[in-house]
Amino acid sequence: MANTMHIYGARYEMMSLEEIKRRLPIFEPSADTRMPIVGGVYQPDATMVRHDAVAWGFARSADSRGVDIIQNCEVTGILRNGSGVTGVETTRGTIKAKKVGMAVAGHGSVVAAMAGLRLPIVTQPLQAWVSEPIKPVLDEIVVIRNYFGTYLMQSDKGEIVIGQGCDPYSSYAQRGTFPIIENATSAMLEIFPRFKRLKLLRHWAGMLDMTYDGSPIISKTDIPGFYIDVAGSGGFKTTPIAAKTHAHLIATDQPHKLTRDLGLNRFGTGHLVVEGGVSANH
Amino acid sequence: MMLVSCPWCGPRNEDEFTWGGEASRVRPDDPSELTDGQWTDYMYNNDNEKGWVVERWWHAKGCEQWFEICRNNVTHEIASTGTDGETS
Repeated sequence: MANTMHIYGARYEMMSLEEIKRRLPIFEPSADTRMPIVGGVYQPDATMVRHDAVAWGFARSADSRGVDIIQNCEVTGILRNGSGVTGVETTRGTIKAKKVGMAVAGHGSVVAAMAGLRLPIVTQPLQAWVSEPIKPVLDEIVVIRNYFGTYLMQSDKGEIVIGQGCDPYSSYAQRGTFPIIENATSAMLEIFPRFKRLKLLRHWAGMLDMTYDGSPIISKTDIPGFYIDVAGSGGFKTTPIAAKTHAHLIATDQPHKLTRDLGLNRFGTGHLVVEGGVSANH
Repeated sequence: MMLVSCPWCGPRNEDEFTWGGEASRVRPDDPSELTDGQWTDYMYNNDNEKGWVVERWWHAKGCEQWFEICRNNVTHEIASTGTDGETS
């Protein structure tokens, strides 16, 4: 993974145990911890962004360019004729369109089914937990690459934000279940024992559409004019580039050069895209 | 914690099991008679429905048997477990 980052131009530095302790004073694994940390990798350019600010930034910019953003308007059907897509049915009426792009993370199969399509995805929960605000103790985003893969960071409000892998079954419940909570917090507490008394205030799970290779599907479909942008394990981090390449596909009817290999047909041809950083879980 | 009733072992914690996908996926009797598209559809495409689904589960850390459950994947309620269908 570190070598892959290096090849693509991201800086990384190997860290000894002593260097980890220097950067993270709260890193205090006990001598008999079950899975000892032996070292780490540091990416100096990594940072956190305010995700809601990014979403609002895109929304304002799209709005200023004449895009109609219609809220509280659920798509209930996708209209087609012999030539392709003709529009969508919604809870607020019919919208005719020669082109329809779908980007409904978590409900990819539900919406694609309105067009008669089945997709090579499973929807799984991804839980997150947010603690009470505490004084600054964590400058960095930490990913614990032992068996459990817990990751955590401290928000600018002082909350510790914790996440892990998907619950390993299909679900639209938006909450996940206890085994993942136990795995995530036990991995975190093995190396940050002073978090044992941290109170968790908020908990939820997103719905992740997971492909078999963990890579996104940004693609035309068998229905002319119907384009899909679904799955991929990059999360919020990859939404801007997914949006850009999806927009390119819709506007030109051709894939962007970055997403040429991410078509729906790759499963039939066997050209699955399994990259080092993805988190496919099944 | 979902309590999954293994038909042989009784109700056990969900982390003793491995989720085995949709029960509607049935291996074709003769794969060589399928087109590439039909084979791809069998291998990869899912209904991935929201609501009541019938799935296969494997008691990986118990009796290691396969069985089917009828579960609501919005509420996680489990209606029934059984050994009907393609599982063995």
